[in-house]
Amino acid sequence: MLTNRSIKVVKKEMSLLEKAYLPAIFSGMLITLKHIFMRKATIKYPEQVRPIAPVYRGQHVLKRDEAGAERCTACGLCAVACPAEAITMTAAERQKGEENLYREEKYASKYEINMLRCIFCGLCEEACPKEAIFLTDRIVPSTFQRKEFVYGKDKLVEPIDHRVDVTKRQTPAVLEFKHDKHHKHNRTFLDKANQQNSHH
Amino acid sequence: MDPILFKAILVLTVFIVTLLVALYATFGERKIAAVMQDRVGPNRAGPFGLLQPLADGIKMFMKQELIPSVSNKWLFIIGPCIAMLTALMTGVVIPWGGNLELFGQTFSLQIADLNVGILYLFGVVSLGVYGIMIGGWASNNKFSLLGAIRASSQMISYEIAMGLAIIALVMSTGTLSLKEIVMQQDAGIANVVYQPLGFLIFLICAFAETNRAPFDLPECETELIGGYHTEYSSLKLGFFLFAEYINMFISSAVIVSFYFGGYNFPFQHELGLDGNALTLLQTGFFFAKIFFFVFFFMWVRWTIPRFRYDQLMHLGWKVLLPLALINIFGTGIVMWWMGKI
Repeated sequence: MLTNRSIKVVKKEMSLLEKAYLPAIFSGMLITLKHIFMRKATIKYPEQVRPIAPVYRGQHVLKRDEAGAERCTACGLCAVACPAEAITMTAAERQKGEENLYREEKYASKYEINMLRCIFCGLCEEACPKEAIFLTDRIVPSTFQRKEFVYGKDKLVEPIDHRVDVTKRQTPAVLEFKHDKHHKHNRTFLDKANQQNSHH
Repeated sequence: MDPILFKAILVLTVFIVTLLVALYATFGERKIAAVMQDRVGPNRAGPFGLLQPLADGIKMFMKQELIPSVSNKWLFIIGPCIAMLTALMTGVVIPWGGNLELFGQTFSLQIADLNVGILYLFGVVSLGVYGIMIGGWASNNKFSLLGAIRASSQMISYEIAMGLAIIALVMSTGTLSLKEIVMQQDAGIANVVYQPLGFLIFLICAFAETNRAPFDLPECETELIGGYHTEYSSLKLGFFLFAEYINMFISSAVIVSFYFGGYNFPFQHELGLDGNALTLLQTGFFFAKIFFFVFFFMWVRWTIPRFRYDQLMHLGWKVLLPLALINIFGTGIVMWWMGKI
């Protein structure tokens, strides 16, 4: 009544042809017959793969630097940035003789991403000041157990002899954008603190 | 060759072929349902998914067998057995082809040419409801019992209209033997031309008799969980489901034999083929026709929604029964007018 869109239902007697149902059934069967020959929308997955965007956000990788040392310093900015709270880590101090393993004095002894919580938004990648975490075009495979979806360093850190290519997501333009402090979201709390100090 | 040996081989062949067709009918059902809904359907097991029925069968075998402790154990076991037995028994009177000549002897491709073939067929088909009834009753489950009650009342209601439709056919053909009925259609004019209304009634009743959609009220997943087979598991459930597909195959064969010339096909005598070659070709055509009707059963299932129970009874008693009676009278009047009585 309010919207003036109500339709009055007319309960008229069905005609003899309608009562016989057969014409209606026949036209219905023609529709289903037509659908037999229609193109199917299904993509037969393992054989056929749907094309994905070059900057697809899939399974994460923890990058190493050119020498093969882990870039992550366990600063925790990714975990803070993560809206799904999927990332957790434990920091540790680098010991003598581990310089070839870890790039800086602090590193992540444990780094876990829960792939069931992750929404693959890429904010961790954006937050990372060390170019350590990236999303890749790899798809997280399914498994039978929930706990198997919590990926540790064994699955996240790229193997030295099997580097993961992230050049698609780490273009010079992206790098420049990340370091451009004119954008508010690129300023860390340190920048903000500096700014406030300079004002004083 | 000993005629009895030939009969034994024929029985075994018909048995195996029936099972095979029913097996692949389950695959066909899923595939047809899929393509009608713009899906692809089973395609993982073997090439094009052709091994899917085998996988389904193995799954059924491996499932745990449950017999409810409150059920009547023997009746519970007998139920699916009767359903399967009666489904397989009907294939006996169907003429699967003409005569085959082997080693200078002539063999008929019909297991038993009963002169009361139609009566036998009806007798066995009406026994089929006992399997469902006993199974549903023995389950000691409300849903099963409701399904069984629905099945029995539905089958009784539609059997009457079906029988009356056949009476008109018997009037025009003058015989109760299936072989005779098929041979009369040898000239090229199928019985459906003389009995269009009878065919329509018979077809609708066949849907109801085989418990297929739109008359699948005994199973009726949305209301009764699984109907009469709610409590069944493993191979016994498989028997019930399989019996439905065998019934579908056999009723297609019966429809073809009664109304669509059986194993005859147009211009069969103009081809100049002799004996065995023609017989085999006829059998091929017979199966082609049967497969069309099996497809038709599935086609209807995936098109039309289920009837409500009162609508089902209304259709059976108030529409099909009077129509069948009118058909009988009409047939009688036309035959009298043409001077055949």
